[in-house]
Amino acid sequence: MMLEVGLTHFLLVSALLFSLGLYCVMTRRNAIIVLMGIELILNSANLNFIAFSRFGGAKLDGQMAAIFVIILAAAEAAIALAIVLNIYARFATVNVDEINQLKE
Amino acid sequence: MLQHIIDSSHLFRPETALTATFCVVLLVDLFLRKRTSMPAYVAVLGLVVTGWFIAAQYGGAPATLFSNMLAVDPFSIFFKSLTLASTLVIVLFSLQSNELRDSKRMMGEYYALLVSLTLGMFLMAGATNLIMMYLSIELTSMSSYILSAFTKEADDSSEASLKYVIFGAVSSGLMLYGMSILYGLTGSLDIYGINRALIAGNVNNVTLLISVVLMTAGFGYKISAVPFHFWTPDVYEGAPLPVTAFLSVASKAAGFAMMMRFFKVTFIDAAVGGSYLGSWISVPGFEWNHLLAILAVLSMTIGNLIAVWQTNLKRLLAYSSIAHAGYLLLGVVVLSNEGYAAVLIYLAVYFFMNLGAFFAVMMVANKIGSEHIDDYKGLGYRSPLLGVCFTILLLSLTGIPPTAGFVGKLYLFSALLNAKWIWLAVVAALNSVISLYYYLRILRNMFLTQPDPAGAPIRFGAVQIVILLMFVIPTILLGVYFGPLVQYAQASITMFTNR
Repeated sequence: MMLEVGLTHFLLVSALLFSLGLYCVMTRRNAIIVLMGIELILNSANLNFIAFSRFGGAKLDGQMAAIFVIILAAAEAAIALAIVLNIYARFATVNVDEINQLKE
Repeated sequence: MLQHIIDSSHLFRPETALTATFCVVLLVDLFLRKRTSMPAYVAVLGLVVTGWFIAAQYGGAPATLFSNMLAVDPFSIFFKSLTLASTLVIVLFSLQSNELRDSKRMMGEYYALLVSLTLGMFLMAGATNLIMMYLSIELTSMSSYILSAFTKEADDSSEASLKYVIFGAVSSGLMLYGMSILYGLTGSLDIYGINRALIAGNVNNVTLLISVVLMTAGFGYKISAVPFHFWTPDVYEGAPLPVTAFLSVASKAAGFAMMMRFFKVTFIDAAVGGSYLGSWISVPGFEWNHLLAILAVLSMTIGNLIAVWQTNLKRLLAYSSIAHAGYLLLGVVVLSNEGYAAVLIYLAVYFFMNLGAFFAVMMVANKIGSEHIDDYKGLGYRSPLLGVCFTILLLSLTGIPPTAGFVGKLYLFSALLNAKWIWLAVVAALNSVISLYYYLRILRNMFLTQPDPAGAPIRFGAVQIVILLMFVIPTILLGVYFGPLVQYAQASITMFTNR
């Protein structure tokens, strides 16, 4: 008998993605990798939105939310990468630990 | 449906005007490259037009726009007016700032981004839908990331923007995940729909708790409450001073507007509450407002204690603004209309005293090129007028009568006491005493230390003194004559009782 793929499976995958993203953000020191972790968090939320919209009733709100989030994620990545590029030009590193002049 | 969209777009005029201003400022910058101040004047014109459209909305009945995406009601109009006033003031600041003038960049983009930041805050003040909340938070955040990196040749500005973008993106990601869970629990993105689903029950309490804690991370980041405050000191110190001033007042106000509307609409069962409060729809054994009370206590205590050690004035004001977020949260903890009115009063007062303090710091930085507390030694003798004005603003930030800060704190504390939060009021009062120490340290350096022999008198331009007085005079005036402000704040939240 084939296993039915249901809401729980989607939620498990999304929770896993969320945890991996959070782990990545908290442990990695390279700014680019941190941004990749953030991307994982956003996509886990997207997966949630779509799964709830698909299995939790006929409303398309969730799908719409996911589309908005994808667009915003792209805009945010563009800005964040521009800032990281500027950091690289000034400090010749993108390691967030090495960039701490603003500390007392 | 078409009629609804047409009606909505009439009420959407202030935002439309801002969008148009954004485009025109960019075009002016493109075609009139030689006139470097021109974009600022165009931005002011656009903001005045926006203000005119907002004034036209005063006294109107509360309405919802674009199928419950946004609300136009006295509450959002209050916050829009506050934001708009801050933007106008910040344009004035920016014209006076040597830091921005010396960066020799095209200022069109700067003013355009200020306008788009304002637009984001307008939307935050009215958002009644989870998607709209997320979109407006992101619009605000993205504009502020770029603005804080605007003097990108400077190391501190670059570093500040990196920290800001990383903390901001993570917090809004957490918030989005919380929203997605809340959507799954209630099947609705609209906060009134969420409220109905929560009242109907059938919601798993543990999951609800997780989703609201995650969403609080997003709110906490916007209002810079502990433990989501880590970006604040670095960004405030590194970003150009006018941008810092803007973030410290308008960004915080918009964050509070969104948070207050979300909590008040989503978690109150208006049908049950015949009392002034309504009842929290709570997880058994857990009260939402304890979560907020913990945030408030942490923000006040940690903000004030760390501020004691600071030697850079911008950084000191950053920690002081974290502490003020804690005071403001007290009103949200109470959640009664009395508490909400107190938050509005405090924000209006905070607008004058905090922007004034930042402007005073900027005036000094323009002249002596430093924000270090040791460089303020004898400043009261070198420029008595600035010394006296700065003293009044700092006393107001502490909350000493007869300044406006006292009135703000008075209303917050009395709301707390009326709601029987005695221990919280005691903690808040103790914190005011701690804050007195570091504000007085600046005053001691200004007045009780003799200036260096080399310290010649400093003279400021007439324009700068007029701008400074624009903040100092209301700070005193609101301390003795605050009736109209209180009435206005109370009138701005009446529609919440009807829900």
